[in-house]
Amino acid sequence: MSTSVATRPAAAATLTAGRLPRWTTGVLLTVCLLASLSFFAAFGTLGLIRILLVAVLLYIVVSVALSAAVEGSRKAKDRLATTLVTSAFGLALLPLISLVVSVVGRGVDRFDGTFFTYSMRSVVGEGGGAVHAITGTLWVTGIATLISVPIGLLAAIYLVEYGRGRLARSITFFVDVMTGIPSIVAGLFAYALFVIIFGPGTKSGLAGAVALSVLMIPVVVRSVEELLKIVPNELREASYALGVPKWLTITKIVLPTALAGIVTGVMLAIARVIGETAPLLIAAGFTQSLNNSPLEGPMMTLPVFVYRSYVDQGNPAAAYVERAWAGALTLVIIVMVLNLAGRLIAARFAPKTGR
Amino acid sequence: MSKRIEVKDLNVYYGSFKAVEDVQLTVEPRTVTAFIGPSGCGKSTFLRTLNRMHEVIPGAYVEGSVKLDGDDLYGPGVDPVRVRRQVGMVFQRPNPFPTMSIADNVLAGVRLNNQRMSTAKSKELLETSLQGANLWNEVKDRLDKPGSGLSGGQQQRLCIARAIAVQPEVILMDEPCSALDPISTLAIEDLIGELKEDYTVVIVTHNMQQAARVSDQTAFFNLAAQGKPGRLVEIGTTEKIFSNPTEKATEDYITGRFG
Repeated sequence: MSTSVATRPAAAATLTAGRLPRWTTGVLLTVCLLASLSFFAAFGTLGLIRILLVAVLLYIVVSVALSAAVEGSRKAKDRLATTLVTSAFGLALLPLISLVVSVVGRGVDRFDGTFFTYSMRSVVGEGGGAVHAITGTLWVTGIATLISVPIGLLAAIYLVEYGRGRLARSITFFVDVMTGIPSIVAGLFAYALFVIIFGPGTKSGLAGAVALSVLMIPVVVRSVEELLKIVPNELREASYALGVPKWLTITKIVLPTALAGIVTGVMLAIARVIGETAPLLIAAGFTQSLNNSPLEGPMMTLPVFVYRSYVDQGNPAAAYVERAWAGALTLVIIVMVLNLAGRLIAARFAPKTGR
Repeated sequence: MSKRIEVKDLNVYYGSFKAVEDVQLTVEPRTVTAFIGPSGCGKSTFLRTLNRMHEVIPGAYVEGSVKLDGDDLYGPGVDPVRVRRQVGMVFQRPNPFPTMSIADNVLAGVRLNNQRMSTAKSKELLETSLQGANLWNEVKDRLDKPGSGLSGGQQQRLCIARAIAVQPEVILMDEPCSALDPISTLAIEDLIGELKEDYTVVIVTHNMQQAARVSDQTAFFNLAAQGKPGRLVEIGTTEKIFSNPTEKATEDYITGRFG
């Protein structure tokens, strides 16, 4: 390789330049890993993170230097940028992988039939389950979705298709403000609202759902608004030119065209609020038993179940912690299923190209 | 079917900006009228006032009158939706509805207006509309496939089929061939010749040969100066405009001395 350095022409007259073989990256990475491993092994201080870190740094230095020598500075910069971007991606992925691994690893202990068939009513210590929390989560998020989607959808339609002037601008402004509301404030708002109506100390699934919809509406408005904006104006004009009234144009042309994206947006909004703990703790409260009436009495939800199991450990403590992990795993799975369902529905409704 | 259009003293505004000034013209039924002129001279804007499509843009309004067989389109109590059911429009870029099949696209105007229709009747309308647009033979075996899978020229003819399916009196075309290749253009031009037998056709085009080929009457629009409103310079039979125009500006434009 050193010969190619000498023969590389100074002038840009030739079209060819030195090139490292394709396997360089793989070989270099392996070499760097082994070097780093043997370095730490020699000092007897093995550790996954420090080995990886040193290996990556070593790889950056070696590959850039080698590439600069053989391929020239442009390619060397390209390699540096590629390595940095790839490692940033790896770094961003790391917490996610770590989270999934630990939640699955620890949650699987109590991820059994009992967990899904029992509530915590009269359970002390081992056994018991989260049936009350799972149904509670489904109730609360379901009602929150039923409240938020129509309001959010209609608000977005107003903003894109009808809104002009001051009213539309102020709605946009308040939607932006609402996206930034801390979830605990939403919880306090819902709690206060229900206290005013039903008297002090009221906790109910409905109050929890109201708290969640306060958080969910701005997300729905925002995503639907963006999606309606990208529906081409030509389609609206084509429809008007056929003598179709505006409301039918919106319901029959604009919404179906954006439907796939809207479904995804709603799914993401649900995923965003399903894991909320603080507002539900305040507005929906917590209980050990199954409550299928969202109108009266506290209703347990999965995030609150996880939180309560962890803070309020009984004896043996391990049983409570295991239940908390199993609850966390259930929550992650629900969010994942929702996302997958969203993608499937989106693919089903996406405009077809038909080639 | 097919009605006369009479335009009198028409000014078109976008907010405070006057885009088109003082247009008077008459379009006879069962004829093709072509609008020619340089870009930005208000041909398309004026065309869109003929079925009140300019109102889709906020702040746009007109002064003057447009009469369709004597009924003023801008008279009190006139519903723009009803106007557009009589005056159909085909746009520059083919725009079939992406969520719909070929058949649904053609029947969209009828279906979306909530008119109930028996299966047999809608099949008949589908076939006559597609045949009217010279597209039936090409798509009859794939009517349930999405309209966006057709070629550009086929899509444009699909849009024409969609426009004639609502059985309008007048068809407006805003540069219908500018996104198409010569063969598709020829197909559309032939189609315009056939549409003339049933409809009043008004077409905006940048292609003067096209105007000469398809139209009976030609109107030349121009700007007095940059930033001034567009005006109708001259209107006459296509033969006269292209062989012996009255105005110097028309002659200059047609002979290619400017524009």
